[in-house]
Amino acid sequence: MFRRVKHWGPGLLLLAPTIILVGVFVYWLIFENFRVSLTNQHTAKPSNKYVGFENYTNLLADPNFQHSLWNLLILTVVFLSGTLIFGFLWAWILDKPAKGEGFFRAVYLFPMSVSFIASGVVWRWLLSSLQTDQPGGERTTGLNRLLDSVGLGFMQNDWWSNPTWGIAAIAVPAIWQLSGYVMALFLAGFRGIPEELREAARIDGCSEWKLYRYVIFPQLNPVMLSAVIIIGHMSLKLFDLIRAIVPDANTYDVQVPATMMWVKYIGSDYADAAAIGMILLVLVAIVVIPYLMYTSRAEKR
Amino acid sequence: MATSILERTSSGGTAAGAPNQTKRRINRTLKYALLLLFVIMILIPAYVLFITSFKGSSDADPSRAWLLPETWETAGWAKAWTTLAPALGRTFLLVIPAAIISATLGSINGYVLSKWRFPGANIVFTLILFGMFIPYQAVMIPLTQLMSNIGVPQGIPSLMLLHIVYGLPICTLIFRNYYESVPSELIEAARMDGAGIMRTYTSVIFPVSAPGFVVVLIWQFTSAWNDYLFAAFFSSGRNGPVTIALSFLAGGQLTDYAASMAGALIASVPTLIVYILLGKYFVGGLMSGSVKG
Amino acid sequence: MRRRLTLIAAAATLGLTLAGCGGAADKPAESAAPPAEATGKVGVFTWWADGSEKVGLDALTAVFTKDYPKLTFDNLAVAGGAGSQAKSVLAAQLKAGNPPDSFQAHAGAELQDYIDAEQLEDLSSFYTDNKLTEQFPKDLVDRLTVGGKIYSVPSNIHRANVVWANVEVLKKAGLDPTKPAENLEGWFADMDKIKATGKTPLSVAGSWTQVQLFENILLSSLGVDGYNGLWDGKTDWKGADVTKAIDAYKKALSYTNTDRDSLSDWAPATQLVQDGAAAYNVMGDWAEAKFAQDGDKAGVDYTYFPTPGTAGVFDFLADSFTLPVGAPNPDGAKAWLTTVGSAEGQSAFNKAKGSIPANITAKTDDFSEYQKSAIKDFSQDKIVSSLAHGAAVPVAWLNDLSTAVSKFGGDGNVAGLQDSAAAIAAKFAQ
Repeated sequence: MFRRVKHWGPGLLLLAPTIILVGVFVYWLIFENFRVSLTNQHTAKPSNKYVGFENYTNLLADPNFQHSLWNLLILTVVFLSGTLIFGFLWAWILDKPAKGEGFFRAVYLFPMSVSFIASGVVWRWLLSSLQTDQPGGERTTGLNRLLDSVGLGFMQNDWWSNPTWGIAAIAVPAIWQLSGYVMALFLAGFRGIPEELREAARIDGCSEWKLYRYVIFPQLNPVMLSAVIIIGHMSLKLFDLIRAIVPDANTYDVQVPATMMWVKYIGSDYADAAAIGMILLVLVAIVVIPYLMYTSRAEKR
Repeated sequence: MATSILERTSSGGTAAGAPNQTKRRINRTLKYALLLLFVIMILIPAYVLFITSFKGSSDADPSRAWLLPETWETAGWAKAWTTLAPALGRTFLLVIPAAIISATLGSINGYVLSKWRFPGANIVFTLILFGMFIPYQAVMIPLTQLMSNIGVPQGIPSLMLLHIVYGLPICTLIFRNYYESVPSELIEAARMDGAGIMRTYTSVIFPVSAPGFVVVLIWQFTSAWNDYLFAAFFSSGRNGPVTIALSFLAGGQLTDYAASMAGALIASVPTLIVYILLGKYFVGGLMSGSVKG
Repeated sequence: MRRRLTLIAAAATLGLTLAGCGGAADKPAESAAPPAEATGKVGVFTWWADGSEKVGLDALTAVFTKDYPKLTFDNLAVAGGAGSQAKSVLAAQLKAGNPPDSFQAHAGAELQDYIDAEQLEDLSSFYTDNKLTEQFPKDLVDRLTVGGKIYSVPSNIHRANVVWANVEVLKKAGLDPTKPAENLEGWFADMDKIKATGKTPLSVAGSWTQVQLFENILLSSLGVDGYNGLWDGKTDWKGADVTKAIDAYKKALSYTNTDRDSLSDWAPATQLVQDGAAAYNVMGDWAEAKFAQDGDKAGVDYTYFPTPGTAGVFDFLADSFTLPVGAPNPDGAKAWLTTVGSAEGQSAFNKAKGSIPANITAKTDDFSEYQKSAIKDFSQDKIVSSLAHGAAVPVAWLNDLSTAVSKFGGDGNVAGLQDSAAAIAAKFAQ
């Protein structure tokens, strides 16, 4: 027994700072946050009255919060499908040997290195909602101006200034920024497929489509799953980009839980802000925990 | 793992002869046309940033919004530089130590979790890993309280502590995966020689850790550099990092697009340089975000 | 390097204790040294970081450094989002027990939040010492007094029910710039004429400027008593007169620029009037400073009048400065507050900011025509509290209502806005 402790004791000791830090800054704070979310701390005045799940039921019944959840759903669906489509397409094209492949890869990936705040500056301009055929249309800039000047004026739109679909416009810069990342994931996935497998399929007379359908795609499933998890959880947390593009945090059209939490925080409604944080955590956990369990099991095998 | 992730592993390709030269040429043209189209799409925002940053007030005509400046003015750049320069300095002061400290801790953690495992190591690892995914909104309210209770000043000191702590999960993950590929025999040999846990680390593990460190340092550098959420809660324009300074520059009363776009470019230079010079490692960090690497 | 050490020290204590000092609440603000003897830095927190507002602050600090050469002014201004960014930063600093020496807050309900949270020192004795009570209008002092105590020194008074118009655009539409409409119906008829010329009749920007427009329409449509009743429960939000007011707001929105949500703050909306792209802008009279700063001439380039239907009413808000609990340099802060309250300080500041002095002894001979008219109006008009600027309702109420107004900008659902406004009022009325 002593020998075993002597064997793993020092390791545990080395890990202790991290265990304590993560324990305090992640788990204890989540617990504390949960505690605040069960109180009536709705103003700056300290107040600690326990109200149970009242804040949660109120939030979930609040049409504005429901709208923010709806926005989050649209954002996530558009963001995910956009990055998956572009990411896969680029990886698929670049997977075959080609001249200048490195250049294209580098260009597709570069937006990833820029912060949402910096790219938000230009996307705010690009996504200006004014259109040339509206009153004051001579002030039109951004993509609407570009579309008009290349003869695609009919494609001009309100971008994010629309209560139902506006949030999808926020996904555009997010897709711009992260498609390269998904491409890199898929490229790694493609390259993980042994050439012999493809050869064997070809020798068997597989058509190109069938090769993908039955050989390549199944091999890409884990990569695809990773991409969905990473992009999905980024989308749930997305905050910087919306703050950078939309001037006012309290803009209904593009309200998502993360921005709503900020508005509540500024208004000193700490209990509601904490409750929104918990709801986000639950959403992320639903996505991530099964994935973590899956990978840790896959590793054991 | 990191270095070779995107390198071609086989030189294969379409092996069969050349059935139809023209068809292949068309295909190739189509392919490059597509690739170029995507390049243009990706570079549109960069183009706008660049041209607008050089426009002066005389160039404000919206109908010329997409054209090159009539006169190239540097007033926007000057304003952006004077506004952002102090914040840039602070950001380096924040990001470099934060990256080094969290990388060092991550390396030790990865070493323990892959080579010096104890009962329950897997559970501990998964629990640490979960910290990487949590929405920080879920800890923000008590976190502001905690930070004030332990008395860490707002601004760079607060942010440094936060980037170190919340960077630990991914640093640990990257190093753990990296050390999995180091043969255990090396460790065993060192142990036979009577080396303890730290000596094994310094004599065997640390010397082969360079690629892991590069990946982790780059990852931490970029993510801390680009952070806005923590900065928004724990700093202000005068003691905060460059993302905050930029958001104030761009969010002023009358948005000065020349200055804010120049500012966006200035704020992106360090991470872009890292990306251009060390692109492969950068990608390595990205890959490890997907847990399995 | 020192930062590193602090950090390490902080990390070391982390494991030991999570209690420790919070808000330094027991530190006495009263101290022996009179303000004139104070030395060191005075950190003053505002959201006047830009444009004409910064010019005003600079004018005030010039007086301050002249009055107190031993003190250095430390400008802690935070830009962005009409003070919302600033308020969040401030909230965090106050929560962290790390307050500035003095910070800006709107007088009225907004100040109430800080008082409730016990973040402000009582300044009543400061008022008596400096004989300030008799130098400020009674209306204002009443609004600053909470439970018999006064917690802030007002620096200026603004009016939020002013329409700014481009003379040229009005003339082109065949309107007489010197004869503004008397009520909303007449005003909308004028806007129809402007619309026909292809110009935007009414400019507005993002969320809070829309709330301000909404407040103006409510005030015009419901009258003073009806408007005041919205905040104290005497006016039924579900009443037919409120429906009519919201209908009028909907009509007003239909005349506005479609890209309103993209405009980052009030200034771009006012700029549209200056540029001749829009005819009218409903804006607080800080706009006056912008016109002046850009060299526009009243009566020639632009004109102003109370929002139609609100003549004789002064929709009021005031900025004021506070002494937070635990301020690092309370003596310096009091020196600052002395300058803020002084006749000389108020003259310099308000002349540049476009507002009117709260201190009635301040010299205003060289103020602009607009300001002189506002001073006169303030002394004789009925005074109501502004909604959009935290004078009428607490911040949380304002936040919820802002969301509802922002939502209305997209869906135009009159019943929806009315219902949620009623629900919000019911929630906060208790």
